[in-house]
Amino acid sequence: MENLNTELPKEMTEEFVVNIGPQHPSTHGVLRLQATLDGETIKDLLPHLGYIHRGIEKMCESLGYKQFIYLTSRMDYLSAHINNQACSLAIEKGLQVEVPARAKAIRILMAELQRLTSHELWWGSCAMDLGAVTPFFLAFRDRERILEIFEENTGNRLTMNYITPGGVMTDINSDFVTRLKTLLVKIKEHLKEYETLITGNIIFQRRLKGVGVLPKELAISLGCTGPTARASGLSCDVRKYYPYDGYEKLDFKEIVADGCDSWSRYVVRMEEMRQSIHIIEQIIDNIPEGEYRAKLKGIVKLPVGEYYQRVETARGELGVYIVSDGGNKPYRLKLRAPNFSNLGALKPITVGSKIGDLMASMATIDLVIPDIDR
Amino acid sequence: MTKEELKTYLEQTFPQNKVEETFDFPLLYADKSELFIIAKKLKESPETLFDFLFCETAVDRTPNLEMVYHLNSTTHRHDMVLKVVLEDRENPEIHSVNELWKAAELYENEIYDMFGIRFTGHPNLRRIMLGDEWPGFPLRKDYKDDINIVTL
Amino acid sequence: MTLTIQFSDITKWIHETLNASMSPGWALFSEFVLAGVAMILLVVVLAVLFVYMERKVAGFMQLRLGPHRVGPWGTMQVFADVFKLLLKESFAPFTVDKFLFNFAPILVLAVAFMAMAPISFAPGLQLWDMNIGILYVTAVSSIGVIGILMAGWSSNNKYSLLGAMRSGAQIVSYELSAGLSLVAVIAMCGSLSISDIIASQADGWWIFKGHLPIMFAFVVYVIAGTAETNRAPFDLAEAESELTAGYHTEFSGMQFGMFYLTEYINMAVISMVATTVFLGGWLPFHIYGFDAFNNVMNFIPSWIWFFGKTFFIIFLMMWFRWTFPRLRIDQLLKLEWKYLLPLSIINVVIVAFLVVMGWHF
Repeated sequence: MENLNTELPKEMTEEFVVNIGPQHPSTHGVLRLQATLDGETIKDLLPHLGYIHRGIEKMCESLGYKQFIYLTSRMDYLSAHINNQACSLAIEKGLQVEVPARAKAIRILMAELQRLTSHELWWGSCAMDLGAVTPFFLAFRDRERILEIFEENTGNRLTMNYITPGGVMTDINSDFVTRLKTLLVKIKEHLKEYETLITGNIIFQRRLKGVGVLPKELAISLGCTGPTARASGLSCDVRKYYPYDGYEKLDFKEIVADGCDSWSRYVVRMEEMRQSIHIIEQIIDNIPEGEYRAKLKGIVKLPVGEYYQRVETARGELGVYIVSDGGNKPYRLKLRAPNFSNLGALKPITVGSKIGDLMASMATIDLVIPDIDR
Repeated sequence: MTKEELKTYLEQTFPQNKVEETFDFPLLYADKSELFIIAKKLKESPETLFDFLFCETAVDRTPNLEMVYHLNSTTHRHDMVLKVVLEDRENPEIHSVNELWKAAELYENEIYDMFGIRFTGHPNLRRIMLGDEWPGFPLRKDYKDDINIVTL
Repeated sequence: MTLTIQFSDITKWIHETLNASMSPGWALFSEFVLAGVAMILLVVVLAVLFVYMERKVAGFMQLRLGPHRVGPWGTMQVFADVFKLLLKESFAPFTVDKFLFNFAPILVLAVAFMAMAPISFAPGLQLWDMNIGILYVTAVSSIGVIGILMAGWSSNNKYSLLGAMRSGAQIVSYELSAGLSLVAVIAMCGSLSISDIIASQADGWWIFKGHLPIMFAFVVYVIAGTAETNRAPFDLAEAESELTAGYHTEFSGMQFGMFYLTEYINMAVISMVATTVFLGGWLPFHIYGFDAFNNVMNFIPSWIWFFGKTFFIIFLMMWFRWTFPRLRIDQLLKLEWKYLLPLSIINVVIVAFLVVMGWHF
């Protein structure tokens, strides 16, 4: 019998390799996933990075402390404000500068608005990855309004470079508060629309529930952060555990779900949008008067040492690790990008599932490729 | 544990190792040969439980290379830095921590790509961003590239 | 009927004129040519209308205007697109199977045209009233999948192959429940001929007088029809976000245009069959007892009734497309084999019982 078994041919199927990316509609950037498929089932997945590697860390080593911040807007371009904030906080930490209260409030407002825009875009593109095109346009409706506010107050729409060491670049406009308030009312209405259009849709739920399961232990081991990890039951909101810029005074909930699947990640992000609105509503009426920026020297020099600052971007924990040798440029700057760690989760959660599930997992992890490559 | 407590704890637990502190975290220097043992102990001993490797990187302290591990505990919510100095600049090699923290797989690929540090025991060591043909290791201080790097 | 000149009068006049001026064989030949040209024109005009409609409907659902730059209200946009496709090079990659690659778009388009043959657009306006009209439509429209498989295989592209295999699995399975839901009506009216089916609905459309089973069959037919035309939420064969463009990834120029056109013609066929079988074809909407209302309804020409109903079903399909996310391949097959097919079979059994007991109108 044993002889017979060895003689029998194996399954008459053959695995084949498909390169998903670098140009592919649902990688949202230039990520290349080398997928080994058996029919529709994914057997192996190997990410190839570097298609948009710009060497930001190397470039930062040749730029002054006030200058390199502009490069970080180009990493996770959907969290540009928050990236700037992280670097500013790290430099302020080294310089021991106290940021004016007004600047802190403006920073939080901008950061939370940025989180809203990012999640809106994610919502649209997530639905689009699952084949529904309409949500993308609905999401851009609100995002556009927020970007207009950004444009009026900071001069830019995507890479704002607004938050600088010591505070913010310019003061907010006089009609900022009123415009934001009317906008928030609309966004809250529209959030309900989003829920009726997509969240309750049976196909949408079936596509996400039980798909891309990332157990808590694996999420910890892989260093996942942000909504991706919080959907796996790992409480890791930097705003709660290592508060910065006055988040400790605000009342907001950390959204943690324990479903571990794509659906939980979806729910967490939808809830986070509400929490962001809640945070904005607390500050909007009492932005302190005063200076919007602490005066810094023309050329900033950090004392010798190492500084690590983390913030919560829309996708997770962004760490800025500055090694200073006392000069006017950082000796080494490491940007711990949230997407880079979250990318590690893609293989373990998709192997064994269908191609359609890969898109669902990728959409709910919400990868931004320039942040991975830097 | 707070920063001070953790520092004292590290001093007591690893008396033969140098313990310092950075601006934010306590800092433990480990020897290259015993890195994996110390890391395993830090991860598994119930007082520390450093189960979350949130940042792994290298710094080129000419002439040495320095591996920097930022560790966090999701139970105790404390952080520390683990450092290993690599003196062999030509052929730096260190044991991978991928078995302890899976996050290290991508981080170490990136470090290999940018600093040329080889990791023994790494499941798939490759130049993840620049490609196999790229000459040199860009994040080293002696890397010269007159075309692509613009200095101000 | 309120029309003083009926379509049958026109066709009869053409027939007589042709026969008077040439031999019967040539007359028949020229009638074929005329009918073919008329059919192609009709289909192309319909497809252009559908494309324009789809864009406007999509725009309406997505808070935008849709095309509005080319011509008044953007009506010329579709023509501009068609001309662009006509002028583009039909590029074939080096490694494709040349014959199959060039033949596939022609095959799918030809099949889509063939399926239009027995459809009755208005009284007397029917190309071929064969006695197995419905069977013919279902049989012919399932050949289209061979063209899709051909396209996917010959492209020598893994995405195309995956798309083609998906399409094959999908169309083969959804043909079953589409066929079974048509069988429900056929069992009630007792004929496969399209003119008979329409005639049997003079006293009420089948969807109204066929009790719940026919309503169920209608819903199943619309779902299965959407799946058969490879449209969202069943557009797995194209699945833009998964397979870039599925089976027609490698096609360009008018070859791509043919696939695009085919999608709309297939939509037209599916909705015309649904109109004919369930919604009374070109018959007006009547409510028993309201004579004034019925007379007003009679006043509306029959072709407006027919195309009105067709466009309504097409609007339904567009509504699906711009609202629903896509299913996954295993969910798609599960929906068919575990839910739609068993329910359709039970439905057919119920219909058969009703017919045997004579409980239908």
